[in-house]
Amino acid sequence: MVSVLRTYRLRLERKRRLLRAARKSRELRPVADRTARIRRDDLLLFCTLRNERVRLPFFLAYYRALGIGHFLFVDNGSTDGSGGYLAGQPDCSVWTTGASYKRARFGMDWITWLQRRHGHGHWTLVVDVDEFFVYPFCETRPLRALTDWLDASSIRSFGAMLLDLYPDGPVAEARYRAGDNPVDSLPWFDSGNYTIRPNPVYRNLWIQGGPRARVFFPHRPAHAPALNKIPLVRWHRSYVYASSTHMLLPRGLNLVYDEWGGEKASGCLLHTKFLDTFADKAAEESARREHYAASREYRAYDRAGAGTLGFRTPWSERYEDWRQLESLGLISRGNWA
Amino acid sequence: MTVGFVMLVHEALGRAGQVAAHWADQGSPVVIHVDRRVPRPEADALRARLADRRNCLFSPATACEWGTFSIVRATQAAVAGMLAENPGVSHVFLASGACVPLRPVADLEAFLAARPGIDFIESVTTDEVRWAVGGLDRERFTLRFPFSWRRHRRLFDGHVALQRALGVSRRIPQGIEPHLGSQWWCLTRRTLEAILEDPRRREFDRYFRRVWIPDEAYFQTLVRRHALNVQSRSLTLSKFDFQGKPHVFYDDHLELLRQSDCFVARKAWPHAAGLYAALLAPPGPSRHPAAPNPGAVDRVFARALARRTEGRAGLYMQSRYPNRGWENGRSCAEYCVLHGFDAVFPGFEAWLDHCSGAAVHGRLFAMDRAHFAGGAETHAGNLGDNPRLRDYDPQAFLTNLLWNTRGTRQCFQFGPEDNQAITRFLAEDPNAQVAVITGASLIPLFQAGLDFARTRKIAARHQQIETAFLSCLRRSGKGRALRVWTLAEFLEDWMTHLDGTLAGTGLAAGMPPADAPEIACLDGFGAFLDRLRNEGMRPQLCGDVAAIHRLTDGGAPTPRPRLSVVR
Repeated sequence: MVSVLRTYRLRLERKRRLLRAARKSRELRPVADRTARIRRDDLLLFCTLRNERVRLPFFLAYYRALGIGHFLFVDNGSTDGSGGYLAGQPDCSVWTTGASYKRARFGMDWITWLQRRHGHGHWTLVVDVDEFFVYPFCETRPLRALTDWLDASSIRSFGAMLLDLYPDGPVAEARYRAGDNPVDSLPWFDSGNYTIRPNPVYRNLWIQGGPRARVFFPHRPAHAPALNKIPLVRWHRSYVYASSTHMLLPRGLNLVYDEWGGEKASGCLLHTKFLDTFADKAAEESARREHYAASREYRAYDRAGAGTLGFRTPWSERYEDWRQLESLGLISRGNWA
Repeated sequence: MTVGFVMLVHEALGRAGQVAAHWADQGSPVVIHVDRRVPRPEADALRARLADRRNCLFSPATACEWGTFSIVRATQAAVAGMLAENPGVSHVFLASGACVPLRPVADLEAFLAARPGIDFIESVTTDEVRWAVGGLDRERFTLRFPFSWRRHRRLFDGHVALQRALGVSRRIPQGIEPHLGSQWWCLTRRTLEAILEDPRRREFDRYFRRVWIPDEAYFQTLVRRHALNVQSRSLTLSKFDFQGKPHVFYDDHLELLRQSDCFVARKAWPHAAGLYAALLAPPGPSRHPAAPNPGAVDRVFARALARRTEGRAGLYMQSRYPNRGWENGRSCAEYCVLHGFDAVFPGFEAWLDHCSGAAVHGRLFAMDRAHFAGGAETHAGNLGDNPRLRDYDPQAFLTNLLWNTRGTRQCFQFGPEDNQAITRFLAEDPNAQVAVITGASLIPLFQAGLDFARTRKIAARHQQIETAFLSCLRRSGKGRALRVWTLAEFLEDWMTHLDGTLAGTGLAAGMPPADAPEIACLDGFGAFLDRLRNEGMRPQLCGDVAAIHRLTDGGAPTPRPRLSVVR
């Protein structure tokens, strides 16, 4: 009985979020709508951004090389020309809005609407501009190889934990120029300090840890950001992301892990946030308070001593490739061989 | 000696056309069956592409549904066409549109010529089958399957359950014994003609029409009726995963496939441009007479199966989070927990570190911080010494530490002063080798010389905590790796006990430690225990107080100059 009620409550929540997305869609104004060019089997990428012009060339190049067929962007009031740059790309559609990121559930309402409109029946990847998707065999097999395999295996969603990368020295000295591979400036990561809790309601795993927990939240580990993500989903118009891309409804989509001892296939999102640009963002965002939990993280960063802060320790691992991540136990090939 | 290829095609027609052309260009006749459900323009494009190759023919199109007799019917028609049109064909090789050739046809023909009259078809009795989808093996032949498994799963399952409940069983025609095997075979003209021209063929066909997945049973069963010499293996390299669906080959499998010396592999990813380009290049001269040897391929896919079903023991990660009892090992390696040793021997960690190959940590679960080996602030995997981070999930802290340091045995000190949240895990983990000296925590209290009322309170609390720890260890019933002494027992013959602990936990398995560790100065410890008792706190865990008096009142317990590992 309890489970029936719970199932019903989650169903209501899903419907509510869909309605909310429809309402919030009125905040979106198309700048470049090329969605008519989307082919039936295109892989789609959805992304919300604000003032990320310098990162865009590499971002687009990276995901084009993986095989993304069409990009759908929501430009949340950029003032650095990001919107115009994207509108000039032949495989991008761009919407703009000046409305509150926070009140659009950190952009997810807008993305949910676009996914509902344009993502139905497609494999969709939802990432931020500083997130780079890596998966088993990604250097030899395009993303379509993965999605074809997922289709053949009747799998609808694919987990990719957020892996924070950081520079050798202080964050403020991690120089970045447009077109560079940000991983070159941020080669380090934490390999084995993550904690996992199951969420009995949504059935996802809640993963925390890594450099941000270690440096920003050592005294309040519960406040450390969630690192579990499910960015790749064969979308259906009835699906919604319930909280960022951490979890979905219907909740069966959150079962991207095996409970009987085996390993399911999984990937990582290389998180290249900690470039020199982060320092400026931290100052702006901690004032704007438009991010999760009132930009807690940006404020922690400001407190931790913005300019001089570093994450590197003698135990940091230098990023090499997906095989390294797999042997460290961060991702798995599962039975994709 | 000519091999003809029959191809069953239903998707990725472009690739199928390339493979057909590749075989045809080597002089082999090819008959293609295109599923009638393929859109007409695509099928026509394939015909047009192969129109100039006279040895490429198309058999009449049947609509094929997975798991039904339609696939067998299509195969029968295509094979009959092949045999009728090409009198020179001695063998027919059944392939799908997703097959890729790994070796020249000449190699295959040489292989078959060296084995005249042999039929290559995987054909095993239902008793030996373990791969069957949905748990159906023998029942494939004895139940009826009028509903599609793919489109009407519920009807399918319900109908199977109903027949089981009613005890319905079909009669298997006389003269055949059900066999199963891979759909992909290479049979001789003689055997195929015998199967197709069998006087009882109508009867068999009618029977197989209601058998489940007849494409894996029809030829596999009938070949046993007609063939003279069957080798029960497929010449097509094809691997299935735990869901019973074929593994797909990609560009990065090229070397693996080539080294297998198999003739044909299934199935290739249609977009694997590099794989197709390399394998469909015009074949060189026949390379060598090697027989197929898919051992390396088998190992790769066996590993994939193990990873998917058993996973890596002791690993907790985003796509492996086992329910309790399903971990296949709650931690990834054996480790030692030494309870009370650092109280008996000051400088114990440094001594043990010196004489064992293990990583010797201090109090990992101390209240102030995690005392890693060497006193560092961070340890492998960037685990921090911050107690709040650690206590946020102590179990993850320990399993992470063990995972991050796999390959090196880990050892840490423990005591009632530490966070006890990990004790249940220690008690239940068979990898934990726990050695306990009970009551040892009284020694540092004795040495600290605090205000006695406070000392007594702390001692009482420690005793409670230790008792709880011990009962937790005992309750788990594991016991295997557990050693427990009271302080008195331990002191009485501490060399032997220490020796035994180090050898038994593998800490000093190789060579005997050079010098015995220094033992704490216990002058007056017996009197300290008396006073505790007299002030109302009965020290129960340290054992026989009289023995401790005897051992300590005359100075330190008997030292011995050297320690040797007891075998």
